[in-house]
Amino acid sequence: MQFMCLIYSADGTGPKPGTPEFGPYMKAYGDFTETVRSDGKFVAGDALQPVATATTVSVRNNKTETMDGPFAETKEQLGGYYLLDCEDLDEATKYAAMIPTATHGRIEIRPVVVWDN
Amino acid sequence: MLPPFSLEQTIEKTAREEWGRILAALVKTLGDFQLAEDCLQDSIVSAMSHWQKNGLPNSPAAWLMKTARRKAIDRLRRDKNFASKQAELSYLLDLENQPPGEDQSDMIPDKRLEMIFTCCHPALEQKTRVALTLRTLGGLSTDEIAHAFLDKSEAMQRRLSRAKQKILLSGIPYQIPEQALLPERVNSVLSVIYLIFNEGYSASSGIALTRADLTEEAIRLARIVRQLLPDQLEVSGLLALMLLHDSRRFSRSGEQGEMISLENQNRVRWDYAKIDEGCSILEDVLPRQQVGPYQIQAAISAVHAQSPSWQETDWSQIAALYELLHAMQPSSVVRLNQAVAVSHAHSLEVALKMLDEAATDGAMDSYQPYFAARADLMARSGNKEEARRCFLRAIELSDNAREKAFLENKITRL
Repeated sequence: MQFMCLIYSADGTGPKPGTPEFGPYMKAYGDFTETVRSDGKFVAGDALQPVATATTVSVRNNKTETMDGPFAETKEQLGGYYLLDCEDLDEATKYAAMIPTATHGRIEIRPVVVWDN
Repeated sequence: MLPPFSLEQTIEKTAREEWGRILAALVKTLGDFQLAEDCLQDSIVSAMSHWQKNGLPNSPAAWLMKTARRKAIDRLRRDKNFASKQAELSYLLDLENQPPGEDQSDMIPDKRLEMIFTCCHPALEQKTRVALTLRTLGGLSTDEIAHAFLDKSEAMQRRLSRAKQKILLSGIPYQIPEQALLPERVNSVLSVIYLIFNEGYSASSGIALTRADLTEEAIRLARIVRQLLPDQLEVSGLLALMLLHDSRRFSRSGEQGEMISLENQNRVRWDYAKIDEGCSILEDVLPRQQVGPYQIQAAISAVHAQSPSWQETDWSQIAALYELLHAMQPSSVVRLNQAVAVSHAHSLEVALKMLDEAATDGAMDSYQPYFAARADLMARSGNKEEARRCFLRAIELSDNAREKAFLENKITRL
């Protein structure tokens, strides 16, 4: 079954570009992606631009409204995701724990709905 | 002679005893907790009318299992989301079309271990794990569980439905965890069982009867897990610990329900069958050198259990066991207990120093047993003022009327 691993962290908690920690951090992401690919678990995965770039869209009375930024201000931000194909939650948890951000942020695992028809 | 069981009682007894085993096998077949439970319930209702007419079948458990499978076929055919359950349905039909063999309960595959690991999965909240384990393996009704945990039935019902839904959708596996995960998962199972035990053990009044059943249930669950996982010695450790604690059940309180401390218990009233069983389990596992916290705690309890009197207690052995426990699980509560042992084995000064050390991080500031122990040490070293002050603080921190009365009694005897 497929599991969406949503990567959350609070602003300014992870290694920043330009610091000595940033290089190894990025490399760890590369290694992780390589691992899930070669284990045959990788379906998709991306990093997202920072939350400051977000636009929120809603339609009310047939009128499209856009808003600058996220709808609700939250401390923790969604920074990226991996969509993994795993046997069960235990396996998904094992891989989620290997995502580098897990050591300072958190990974939310959500199973993907399988529609009946 | 006892009156024979009525048919209703026999059905109830069979259903209760076989519930966990049948349900576990059904969940394995159907892949759905709620569906399995509903079908088993249907099957029990149907047993009532069939057995009334035709008498008890050869193997009531096999009968219940077979009928539950047929109920599942019915339910799956009626289900609107029929398509997604094709595989289960054809498997059930295969089972149904097998040549009729001898109906025997040992033909039911034992999936109780898979079941308990699923119910105690860390993705579920602790309280949910406890409730789900009691419901699925213990066969307790939702009302009984709600009652035991002083919860509303509707709230417990919702909690259990949510849990079954989460298991169904979240990908929690229905299997024995792989070797690497096993120790951690066994721990989770053991802490659920120990919580069930303590919930029953710490109850002292009012609904005492129902809650005492929880200690029995916890011991029964530990026996099942031990039988299924004989190499996990902490399971044996927990079983021994619970048996040894439970051996004092009838001497822990007096005729009016008042609390009686270990020091003043009538040791003749201890349950020596339980003590013997607990001790012999420990004699079996301790030499196997995979000692863990439950085995150590059981060993401490065993030293008390084997001592003919409070005065003859081997306190230095108890103090040494607490040292070992502290090395495995450092905590100020363990230090506190060790200090009490040291006060009897060695000296009051050393014990008081250990108490001070345990209290340095502030963890003991509102911990009732700390003040009760400190008061006791102060009283024994002749410092009545400080003893009184600590007893009063302990009373203030206690929310149990019997315990308060016990501590007040100690003040009057200063």
